[in-house]
Amino acid sequence: MSIILKNISYIYMAKTPYEKAAIKNINIEIKHGEFVGIIGHTGSGKSTLLQHLNGLLKPTTGLVSVDGQDINLKDEAARTAKRKVGMVFQYPEHQLFEETVYDDIAFGPRNIGIDEDEVDRRVRKAMNFVGLGYDEFATRTPFQLSGGQMRRVAIGGVIALEPAYLILDEPSAGLDPRGRDEIFGQIIKMYKNTGITVVLVSHNMEDVARMANRLIVMNDGEISLDGSPLEIFRDSQAQLKAAGVDVPPLTSLMNKFKQRGLAVDNTVTTMESAVQSLLAAVGRR
Amino acid sequence: MEEFIIVKNMCHIYVAQDGKQVKALDDINLSISKGEFVAIIGANGSGKSTLAKHLNALLVPSSGNCHVNGLDTTDLENIWAVRQVVGMVFQNPDNQIVATVVEEDVAFGPENMGVEPGEISARVTEALHVVGMEDYRYHSPHLLSGGQKQRVAIAGVLAMQSSCLVLDEPTAMLDPKGRQEVLSTVCQLHQDRKITVVYITHFMEEAVVADRVIVMNCGKVVMEGSPAQIFSQVIRLKELGLDVPVAAEIAHCLRQHNINITEGIITDEELVVAVCR
Repeated sequence: MSIILKNISYIYMAKTPYEKAAIKNINIEIKHGEFVGIIGHTGSGKSTLLQHLNGLLKPTTGLVSVDGQDINLKDEAARTAKRKVGMVFQYPEHQLFEETVYDDIAFGPRNIGIDEDEVDRRVRKAMNFVGLGYDEFATRTPFQLSGGQMRRVAIGGVIALEPAYLILDEPSAGLDPRGRDEIFGQIIKMYKNTGITVVLVSHNMEDVARMANRLIVMNDGEISLDGSPLEIFRDSQAQLKAAGVDVPPLTSLMNKFKQRGLAVDNTVTTMESAVQSLLAAVGRR
Repeated sequence: MEEFIIVKNMCHIYVAQDGKQVKALDDINLSISKGEFVAIIGANGSGKSTLAKHLNALLVPSSGNCHVNGLDTTDLENIWAVRQVVGMVFQNPDNQIVATVVEEDVAFGPENMGVEPGEISARVTEALHVVGMEDYRYHSPHLLSGGQKQRVAIAGVLAMQSSCLVLDEPTAMLDPKGRQEVLSTVCQLHQDRKITVVYITHFMEEAVVADRVIVMNCGKVVMEGSPAQIFSQVIRLKELGLDVPVAAEIAHCLRQHNINITEGIITDEELVVAVCR
């Protein structure tokens, strides 16, 4: 049970003066139950890679399979396999269009021919997952909600399709800190409770470090690092810099302490552990 | 210092779909001096953007008043003069690029104002130079990165010779490199050209570079002070649903563990010095 990308390359505007290989010879396997973070600067190929995971882009060369099925074939089996992959785009709230929150979340399941009883069950479940109370929100228009709430409606619409793999492209962009914490809180809860596989693209290193158990760093269309966030932030800071991404602010701060000769642990990913490490280091002096 | 923007008892009320009146701005009093760099922070829906839109008369007060460079924004006669002195840069770079060539986009403002063609060309050259985009003069804007697009938008404001730049979350859609490009361009304009800057952001590490930070909540100004004064109030900011810079939060936690750390520490460097002294 996994998504496998085998020798994937994608060339934009082939055979024109603007020809550009957006991703080159990518080989990865995203296993069921993983929480994968993907980071990389703008133009590193993250979004192109993402769009291959559910067949939105067809690789110029190479093979994409979901649970063993080649998703770029034109048969029913390929369509079914693609539906296992739910995609939440950047600024998904721009894609809301129905008159009520309920109808917006129900749009996907209805569209694939699911009967109304099942649609109702799924909408309620999805709203519960994303933390929107059914009684309070179901009949409201999605367009007068806060940014964080609108985004949760949009994510709910993808959840209602009950994907086995959930792909999120910058789910916290443009949200205030509270909205960001809400969204990530829901994603973590869903991950823990349902075992859904999550692939998260983010510029925010801190969030990736905190949540993902595997980190993929993209640079110039290739995978430059692939491993646990802890190891990468500890051992590969030079490569991270070369890939144009920053270590999380907390790691950066702990590094500065280390450079000043304070024996702190610079692999910590939470405030509490950073404070404990600092207290221990100061206490030892 | 000379007051550039004066806001007195300003309210902005709009009617929501359900017919209820919503007070987006509730009795705001504010003054911003010429050449000042003010950061505005606050949760989504706190009124930051509504306030920003009053500063160049995209919105006018429901009650109270807003004076920009001595001009009352509610006076229709003043609208164009106000919009010439206060330039806006919005969150989404793709929403504010109007032309198909970078230089035409920058020239759009002065062309509209009826500036002489020779003068426009000179202003465009100058503005693109200031934001470091002169090499892209003949490029197509849609192929630029987000940070580059925002710098083109800033150049457009410069070409109008505005003396005040209002930026509404200009880095929200950018990656760390793009954010750095935009912030350092703004800082440089503020320092070298004494441009008045009003900078709205969710990124606290950007607000740290301002002269003064204004915190909004539910349409009101709830805190105001230097970055050091504001960001050392960790608990209060968290109650408002806001972040604090990592260094300020760690300093706060260390103090709770009886480690003696001076108040007002908000940057990594200050904290490292304070702890390692």
